Amino acid sequence: MSLLAVRDLAVARGGLRLVEALDFALAPGQALVLRGPNGLGKTTLLRTLAGLQRPVAGEVICDPDTLAYAGHADGLKPALSVAENLGFWSAVFGGAPVGPALAAMNLTELAARPAHMLSAGQKRRLGLARLAVTGRAVWLLDEPTVSLDAASVGLFAAMLRGHLGQGGAAVIATHIDLGLPEARLLDLTPYRAMPGRQADRPAGFNEAFA
Amino acid sequence: MKALLWRDLRLAVRAGGGFGLALAFFLILCTLVPFGVGPEGGTLARIAPGILWVGALLSCLLSLDRIFALDHEDGSLDLLATAPLPLEGVVAIKALAHWLVTGLPLVIFAPVLGLLLHLPGPAYPWLVLSLALGTPALSVLGAFGAAVTVGLRRGGLLLSLLVLPLYVPTLIFGAEAVRRGAIGADPGTPLLFLAAITLAVLALMPFASAAALRVNLR
Repeated sequence: MSLLAVRDLAVARGGLRLVEALDFALAPGQALVLRGPNGLGKTTLLRTLAGLQRPVAGEVICDPDTLAYAGHADGLKPALSVAENLGFWSAVFGGAPVGPALAAMNLTELAARPAHMLSAGQKRRLGLARLAVTGRAVWLLDEPTVSLDAASVGLFAAMLRGHLGQGGAAVIATHIDLGLPEARLLDLTPYRAMPGRQADRPAGFNEAFA
Repeated sequence: MKALLWRDLRLAVRAGGGFGLALAFFLILCTLVPFGVGPEGGTLARIAPGILWVGALLSCLLSLDRIFALDHEDGSLDLLATAPLPLEGVVAIKALAHWLVTGLPLVIFAPVLGLLLHLPGPAYPWLVLSLALGTPALSVLGAFGAAVTVGLRRGGLLLSLLVLPLYVPTLIFGAEAVRRGAIGADPGTPLLFLAAITLAVLALMPFASAAALRVNLR
């Protein structure tokens, strides 16, 4: 029984095929780390998994209500406080308590501070704490450790391990070592779309206008 | 849903949220008109219904691009699209928040500005009623325009060009209702048309806006 499975998936950005022929499945407790050079399509793949864009070919097999996506932007409102920001997402996702999530990312002391007063790393920690209040099983993380210091990466790895321990799963695009020896590595480079193959499988309607 | 409404209202009243901006613009506009056309009460009274409605339209336009642009910039829109809320509901709630922040204050303060423009006495209840019926349509149509132009740099001007033509029916029937009220005729027909437009727009536009958002988020 897998939480998320991908079959012969191809993704495209702006009509250009990036990654194709991708097959994998994630069972509860598993994490998949995506590797590959910049511009290969890691973000596009994660957005496709999250349902924000459609795959060009193949399918993503999962229940969309089990996915939590965390992209480059944290989705924070500068005028709201840390607790208000997190409380909003908690209310949207079904009302999980914000206290443990704040504690997990060491934000409890900053709870009353407006988000515009946070440093880049603190914002990121707040963005990651949001994952804990979604109560969703599959986390799709796009470079989660950007602007985090070593201690915060450790906090995040601990939170992630706790999530996996509770039967969750995660797909993580990252360039650094998270200290998760149990995570599977998937290098996307061999899946890079071949330009020659584009002709027989058009990337989509937009290609007509490219 | 309720959390989203509260968040939007809270953001609107906090620093930089733009609450009251539309109202201030409406006030300035209605103050400028007598300077432009001269202070004769007769002329002003005749054009007051149109000026008040055009003013309401333009003030509404002022804050439209904020409906989705800010959420798109900080990534909240991506997160909302993957949240358990239906995107149609998100659009409807954000349009409602826009109306509460922009349209409702206009409805409440329009009679005061009517005084500035020598609006005839019998027209006041119809002014308030027509604005109350018509301004929700302005917010919902505006949310549609904002959804179409989200993600565009400097999309505000394009948004105005897209949305203003859609406002024409509301403007015609809204101003006509007030004009009829001012001369003592029966404003029932234009008010019914106004209400019908608002209802149709309320029913259809959230779906169109959500579809436009999905395309823009790709």
